[in-house]
Amino acid sequence: MGHEGIGASVRRKEDLRFLNGRGHYTDDMNRPGQLYAYIRRSDRPHARLGAIDTAAAKASPGVVAVFTGADMAAEGIGGLPCGWQIHNKDGSPMAEPPHPVLATGKVRHVGDPVAVVIAQTRQQAKDAAEKLAIDYHDLPGAAGLREALAPGAAPVHDEVQGNLCYDWHIGDKAMVDAAFAGAAKVVKLELENNRLIPNAMEPRAAVGDFDPMSGDYTLITTSQNPHVIRLLMGAFVLHIPENHLRVIAPDVGGGFGSKIYHYAEEAIVTWAAGKLKRAVKWTAERTESFMSDAHGRDHISTAELALDKDGHFLALRVSTLANMGAYLSTFAPCVPTYLYATLLAGVYKTPAIYAEVKAVFTNSVPVDAYRGAGRPEATFLLERLVDVAARETGIDRVEIRRRNFIPNDAFPYQTPVALQYDSGDYTATLNAALKAADYAGFESRRAAARARGKLRGIGVSTYLEACGIAPSAVVGSLGARAGLYECANIRVHPTGSVTVFTGAHSHGQGHETTFAQLVHEQLGVPLDQIEVVHGDTNRIPFGMGTYGSRSLAVGGSAMVKAMDKIIAKGKKIAAHLMEASVEDVEFKDGTFTVAGTDKSKTLTDISLTAYVPHNYPIEELEPGLEETAFYDPKNFTYPGGCHVAEVEIDPETGVTSVVNFTAVDDVGRVINPMIVEGQVQGGVAQGIGQALLEHAVYDSAGQLLSGSMMDYTMPRADNLPNITVGTESTLCTHNPLGVKGCGEVGAIGSPPAVMNAVVDALREYDVRHIDMPATAPKIWSIIQAGRPRMAAE
Amino acid sequence: MYDFAYQKPGSVADAVKALAADPEAKALAGGMTLIPVLKQRLNHPSVVVDLAKTGLSGITAGAGSVTIGAMTTHAAVAASAEVRRIIPALAALAGGIGDEQVRHRGTIGGSLANDDPAADYPAAALALGATITTNKRAIAADDFFQGMFTTALEADEIITSVTFPAPAAANYQKFRNPASRYAIVGVFVARFPAGVRVAVTGAGQGGVFRHAAMEAALSANFSPDAIAAVTTPAGDMNSDIHASAEYRAHLVGVMARRAVAAAS
Ligand SMILES: Cc1cc2nc3c(=O)[nH]c(=O)nc-3n(C[C@H](O)[C@H](O)[C@H](O)COP(=O)(O)OP(=O)(O)OC[C@H]3O[C@@H](n4cnc5c(N)ncnc54)[C@H](O)[C@@H]3O)c2cc1C
Repeated sequence: MGHEGIGASVRRKEDLRFLNGRGHYTDDMNRPGQLYAYIRRSDRPHARLGAIDTAAAKASPGVVAVFTGADMAAEGIGGLPCGWQIHNKDGSPMAEPPHPVLATGKVRHVGDPVAVVIAQTRQQAKDAAEKLAIDYHDLPGAAGLREALAPGAAPVHDEVQGNLCYDWHIGDKAMVDAAFAGAAKVVKLELENNRLIPNAMEPRAAVGDFDPMSGDYTLITTSQNPHVIRLLMGAFVLHIPENHLRVIAPDVGGGFGSKIYHYAEEAIVTWAAGKLKRAVKWTAERTESFMSDAHGRDHISTAELALDKDGHFLALRVSTLANMGAYLSTFAPCVPTYLYATLLAGVYKTPAIYAEVKAVFTNSVPVDAYRGAGRPEATFLLERLVDVAARETGIDRVEIRRRNFIPNDAFPYQTPVALQYDSGDYTATLNAALKAADYAGFESRRAAARARGKLRGIGVSTYLEACGIAPSAVVGSLGARAGLYECANIRVHPTGSVTVFTGAHSHGQGHETTFAQLVHEQLGVPLDQIEVVHGDTNRIPFGMGTYGSRSLAVGGSAMVKAMDKIIAKGKKIAAHLMEASVEDVEFKDGTFTVAGTDKSKTLTDISLTAYVPHNYPIEELEPGLEETAFYDPKNFTYPGGCHVAEVEIDPETGVTSVVNFTAVDDVGRVINPMIVEGQVQGGVAQGIGQALLEHAVYDSAGQLLSGSMMDYTMPRADNLPNITVGTESTLCTHNPLGVKGCGEVGAIGSPPAVMNAVVDALREYDVRHIDMPATAPKIWSIIQAGRPRMAAE
Repeated sequence: MYDFAYQKPGSVADAVKALAADPEAKALAGGMTLIPVLKQRLNHPSVVVDLAKTGLSGITAGAGSVTIGAMTTHAAVAASAEVRRIIPALAALAGGIGDEQVRHRGTIGGSLANDDPAADYPAAALALGATITTNKRAIAADDFFQGMFTTALEADEIITSVTFPAPAAANYQKFRNPASRYAIVGVFVARFPAGVRVAVTGAGQGGVFRHAAMEAALSANFSPDAIAAVTTPAGDMNSDIHASAEYRAHLVGVMARRAVAAAS
């Protein structure tokens, strides 16, 4: 069955409806009598909230209701919860100030929701919202890390003086200090990881509904994890029991992390629907997305690497400031800690690592996980630092990496920062990538570019990430307030077709295809008879959703477990029908056989018998053929690999173009090579975006300057080269499929590869490091500054 | 957007009448600028007067010139055999505005009337010494542009066509804003028997402007080297998150030299 099962580049089943414009997105959903919500947001970075005069808005045509933070507080509506608690160095818990659904007391960032107007039409709601008279008393604001930490900076939350959310650390400081003391060479680098705005193609939207007869609430929302939203919103915000709350996440047009979190608007429309007994819809305008979707990255770090005289890494010391924004978004605290500092070993056998992270409140949009989440920040730091170390020790950039790789016989490998890698072959991915990129032939391309007046550079990044999150007990001990297992229900229908109910959620990943391939592989059912259902808490038993490249490693493993149960039960039914003992029944390619005989029954024979149990072992076995499994992963999975970028810089303008890009990744077993290639390409596109183009810029007072597509540079097709994607896989040792995950590798491995190439292209200008994005004016300034020095030499 | 009345007059005269009747009325051409502004509620016209049926689109080749109707789309200009033959640089400029959708809606009249400081057409009109014809008069490009988003047009005045004299050689070089793809700096160079005209868009604090120093140098010697030493004062340049004034001033020189080298 190779042509449709594991390893086949089956075309994506879901693309038929997407390409025909027949997807069903949240904003396509309409309910009888539906009203529209418009949210009036703060245009102030930081202000005390005085009186809000709603009279004119309430009198505006079509308006049904206007609610403010005070109205919600009066009804005991909770704040938005944070799903992860970090502890400070001294063991005390992080500062966790309230995150009201609608602002109360103060507004803390441009975009902070202040009031909601609900009207018959979107237009009327927006018209009325303009008539709200809001009394603001401006306070000094700071969106930047250094500014918010400066002595005397205005506290974003009055109860968090100094704006410090937590001061956390990991690793053995004494051991690291000792290693530095004895080092032959120390390399130090200060770097920033630029703040990004996710910009999923589909803006967020939410429809709330309420049935006063049953007391049932429904929320349709643009979410990557409807069960998580049900849990958070039901239990902590609106106090609605699960049996009365249905959350549906239909087709979702891209998430990249930004649709993991429980957002205020979801609670607002659900609560308002209950109050008004009518459905309420809210759809973000693009401008709102810029100022209300969780942003990504935004770190300032100092990194130091100690080396011996031969270039072996002895120790790594890292100190990082991480921007949390104005409030703690759902998973924000874990991103710069357990998804970042634990990755600082990378692919290297550095024996001692110590990292400290200060998380800071600022007057900016909350920052949370964005494709890669912590791992791109760690990888950028490490892979830039290694390049600087190579340069300052005089050891070749590739050689210094090889010299420090964790060797193949070291697995399972325990890093000094908590993680234990199960498998990998970093030399294999490096060699394959260098070969595919014709690394050896680069100098002639550099010379040819020089003849055309262009500066050409090449950069390598050998990276590793941790995904497939994650063992529940482990993450629980690290502060997660949730388990991170996944659930699957496999229903074999009487005539043998199959419906898979998965707790994972597809918002571009192609699960409807990949997951069907798993079923086809294991149960032998043709692909067109397999349906994958996701995104509805009333149809799927439970789920933790899709993020952290976990759907296949965790969700797929749950499916395998459920199918194992189907096969085990099927064997009992088959044994009964074929009058054999269960131990003698074998199952392969959709057929049950009895060893040593020519007896056989198809899965369809068995499913029909299971639902029409006339000749059936009814005393021992229940009818039906449907199984549910929960899978809790035993470890993270550790994809890794090597990315090679080649850039050309126009020295006259500073414009950098990526002219070649090669990615060779170890993503574990590949189910659908075409989908893996697409995922890697998409990730690399975002990584190139971060490296060269994207930057969320605030002014010193906290106004978002890059608040629209006119000023925020999303990567476009003409910014990207053809991306060569290869895989060089070792298998994950602890999940049944051997899969590792491919959703984020592109965004993790690529930024440092590009930046290493940019620095390499500018080597004659004596530049040691460049922060992202490497915009044309930034590169031009470096060239300008380098020129006199060159001339003087 | 706010509510407004909508009219679609069948002639320029009726359109002018509608605009004259109401100071809050606004003409609509391709809508590529006006509609976003309305959607952002930055403008609240009482009446939108759609020029679609006023018969203002079309391209006519004259003796040593080309005349383009105000409602002619960027795509039509880019594809026009006449424009490509007479002023290839103008066709290329039109083909580099925005994206495919924008080029099939946006019009030359709308672009000139709007006078966005980062728009492309103003550079062509000024460098080529175009004449902007309205329902009332003919305005020389040198008199038409009066600073960012400000033109010589009166409230009830509609651009009907634009006439571009054919240069001996011309070229437009645009350094795009990476996000919006408008011009951070755009330089249009046009060589005529009487001398060279150089217009710069995107860069100047006062909108599109002629670069006198470059014009003098190039009129004497039409080669990139002739302007290698000509500088542009950064003090007159725009500065924003995409480009400092110094960088813009530098790019004016780079784009001008490239335009001269490529002029045909
Ligand atoms: C995504 C995008 C990208 C763009 N990129 C570029 C770019 O790279 N370079 C560039 O130059 N432009 C760009 N534009 C702008 C585009 O060229 C517009 O078409 C142009 O600025 C306005 O033309 P319009 O026909 O759409 O005018 P409209 O938007 O309809 O009108 C604009 C203004 O002109 C007035 N007006 C229109 N026609 C007349 C007339 N005949 N007489 C008097 N007044 C009139 C209107 O009242 C209005 O005030 C872009 C636009 C978009 C949406």
